[in-house]
This record gives sequence, structure tokens and C-alpha cells, in this order.
Amino acid sequence: MLSHYLFFFLSAVALISAMMVLLSKKPIHSVLYLTLTFFTLAGHYILLNAQFLAVVHIIVYAGAIMVLFLFTVMLLNLNIEGEFPKSTLMKFVSAIAGGMIFLVLIGTLKSFEVTTIGNPELTQIGLVKNLGKILYSDYILPFELSSILFLSAMVGAVMLGKKDKN
Amino acid sequence: MGSAITQFQIIPLQYYILFCSALFSIGVIGVLAKRNALVIFMSVELMLNSANLLLAAFSAYRNDPAGQIFVFFIMVVAAAEVAIGLALLVVVYRSTHSIDIYKLDRLKW
Repeated sequence: MLSHYLFFFLSAVALISAMMVLLSKKPIHSVLYLTLTFFTLAGHYILLNAQFLAVVHIIVYAGAIMVLFLFTVMLLNLNIEGEFPKSTLMKFVSAIAGGMIFLVLIGTLKSFEVTTIGNPELTQIGLVKNLGKILYSDYILPFELSSILFLSAMVGAVMLGKKDKN
Repeated sequence: MGSAITQFQIIPLQYYILFCSALFSIGVIGVLAKRNALVIFMSVELMLNSANLLLAAFSAYRNDPAGQIFVFFIMVVAAAEVAIGLALLVVVYRSTHSIDIYKLDRLKW
């Protein structure tokens, strides 16, 4: 039963902070609420017994991506102005569109039956030992290719960030 | 512990689908409703994360590690995407002194 309570608590916090990302006026508050959302998602991964993903999620999202966002907000001094005005009609229309997408996704849920095979609290597949074995045997080629992707992303970011001489 | 009791106690997979759909929809609303390019970026991250969590949930419930490997690769791609995207944002800010997406419509006409 404890996992149920944890699930509902984490979900509620995640949804509320995700809403606050959109509702807060200053971008820096949005970034901080987004960090809270990422931490609750890491809790969800732990609840699913996916420890490796939880740790990687915290390192990558809360450690790297959030720092990038915060540095961008601070370096560009974006926090002064806050929100750009957008017409109420546009906000209303986009909320309707997003709600429609939610309804469609929920509607598909009603039309099929989800069968669960394993108990997520007993599975061992999310542990580092297990995933590491698979990652370095079956998925070794994509793993190595992702390092090339990172290298190219790094080169691209540096090239874009460099000031033009002319 | 009988298996029936443990079956009763685990969180239904539907809850995860529901939660991830809600998170994804919030991300969609953010992309549509905001003018600040940085907040739009954050909404895209929200959408990516909801898809990630759903993949991990299906993988855990079906006892298939391939889903979690895919989540790992999605995270890798998302990290690269954020690095490039924020660099682009800095370049845009340098040339237009704003990250309002309404001022970035020169390719539109």
C-alpha cells in the first residue's frame, strides 16, 4: 500500500510543479519547478525498481541540463522582463488543444485491456548489473555511436557559441 | 505472500499511462501557449520525460530490459539536444536581443 501512496504523492507533486513551470512569470522559477518535476520523476523510476535510470536521470537532468538552463537564464539576463504578453484567446485555444490530446490519449486507454506480466517491485532488470550487461553486449553499437553524437553536439555548441570575428 | 495478494497490491499500469498522458498534455499546452523560447524548451523536456517514464514503466511491467535501454538512449539524445538548442538560443538572443518567438518569424514569409 505504501507504494500506492508514494505513487500518488509523487504524481501530484510532479503534475503541480509541471503546471507551475507554465504558470510562473519568471523563467528562473520555471527552471526551478522543472527541477522539482525531474526529481519526482526520479522517484517514479525508483518506484519502478529502475535504479540505474533513476541515477542517470538525476545526473543528466538535475545535474547537467538544469545547470545549462540556469546558466542560459543568468547569462542572457532573461529574468528581468518575465512573461511576454500573449492574447487570452491564444492561451484558451492552446489549453483546449492540449486538453483534447489528453482526452484522446485517455480514450485509447479505454479501448484496450492492459495486461501486466511481471511485478515491477520484484523485477531485477532495472539494476545496474543487468542493464550494463545488455548495454555492453546487445546494444554496444548504439552506445558507441552515442559518444560520437555527444562529440558532435559538443563541437556544434562551441561553434555556435563562438563570437563571429567579422 | 500469495501471488494474488501481490497482484492486488502493485500499482496498475493504467495509472502510469494516465499520469504520463497528463504530463505530456501539460508539455503540449506549454509549447502552444508560451512565447518565451526558453519555456517552450522546458515544455519539450517535459514531453520527453513523460515518454521516458512510460517506456520505463512498460519495460518494468513486462520484464523486458530493452525499454530501459531505450530510455537511456533517449536521455543521451535529449542531453545533446539541450546543449545545441541552448547554444542556438544564445545566438538568437545575440542577434535579436530577445527570445520572443514572435520575433523569429522571418523564415515564415
